[in-house]
Amino acid sequence: MIDSYALAAVAVMAAVTAALRFLPFLVFNGKRSVPKVVRYLGAVLPYSTMAMLVVYCLKDVSFGGLSGWVPAAVSVAAVVLLHVWKRNTLLSIIGGTVCYMVLIRVMM
Amino acid sequence: MRKTIRSAFVRSVPVMAGYVVLGIGFGILLKKAGYGLFWSFLMGLTIYAGSMQYVGVSLLTSGASLITVALTTLMVNARHLFYGLTMIGKYEGAGKKKPYMIFALTDETYSLLCDGQAPEGVDRHWYGFFVSLFDQCYWVLGCVLGSLVGEVLSFDTAGIDFSMTALFVTVFVEQWLTAKDHRPALLGLVCSVACLLIFGPGSFLIPTMISVTVVSLLLRRTLGGGGYDR
Repeated sequence: MIDSYALAAVAVMAAVTAALRFLPFLVFNGKRSVPKVVRYLGAVLPYSTMAMLVVYCLKDVSFGGLSGWVPAAVSVAAVVLLHVWKRNTLLSIIGGTVCYMVLIRVMM
Repeated sequence: MRKTIRSAFVRSVPVMAGYVVLGIGFGILLKKAGYGLFWSFLMGLTIYAGSMQYVGVSLLTSGASLITVALTTLMVNARHLFYGLTMIGKYEGAGKKKPYMIFALTDETYSLLCDGQAPEGVDRHWYGFFVSLFDQCYWVLGCVLGSLVGEVLSFDTAGIDFSMTALFVTVFVEQWLTAKDHRPALLGLVCSVACLLIFGPGSFLIPTMISVTVVSLLLRRTLGGGGYDR
């Protein structure tokens, strides 16, 4: 059985991503100059989007009891500290994930 | 040609570890979400955008509408417009290789090719083509391996989905450390939290994207002064 919803969703993700990659080459092929507002959004939005994605990942954290939010809070802090300290993406990701997996077991 | 392939491979090596490991993480998450090898391979092959694929896992499992999927992809990958804009000149004259090179222009590939240089005596378009191809091979390999690993993992993997959070926090911190102006990041944070409180966890993405875009446009004068409006 093919999951047609998933297939459609993957197709949409692939199409939009490809469109974003191809668009500049198709529209501004040396002849037309890039509108300033497009350049501006292209420069500003990546920063805001990453903040949105962080909030998106943490959206289901509950503040009901300590075990609901402490593991996530401590692990996010660990990722931040690790990254400021070492600037090594893989180390920050693996360190933070291990920290989280340990904490949710300890605090259960 | 052998020299071109060899130097492209050498150039792509730093991306190898990162792509394989992040790909494995993605494959495991996707497998745990109920989508196996076929899906992992398909997404790595056709979407080929790391952070979007991670977000895609949770969009799939939450059954997000296709409109939400499209808009989220638009926002998460909007930065690719910017990569394209800077590569127009550098990819000029690449001929038949060009469509694939544009398709495969990820953050990492961009960082390897944005200087537009190639070693002495090497065709820069074939060089760029092979760097792009090697990078995607690492990524797809990681996705496939992750799916296989997810299949045989017998220990309790609860909490492994935090790797997605960790990935985005890492990118956020990296951007924070390199950016001169922190207002766009703060704007994103304020809009997302406000929309999360108003609209709830299930439907705050679209309001956030709209409000971030509108406020950014309204603040264009102010923010544009910070060196963005090049």
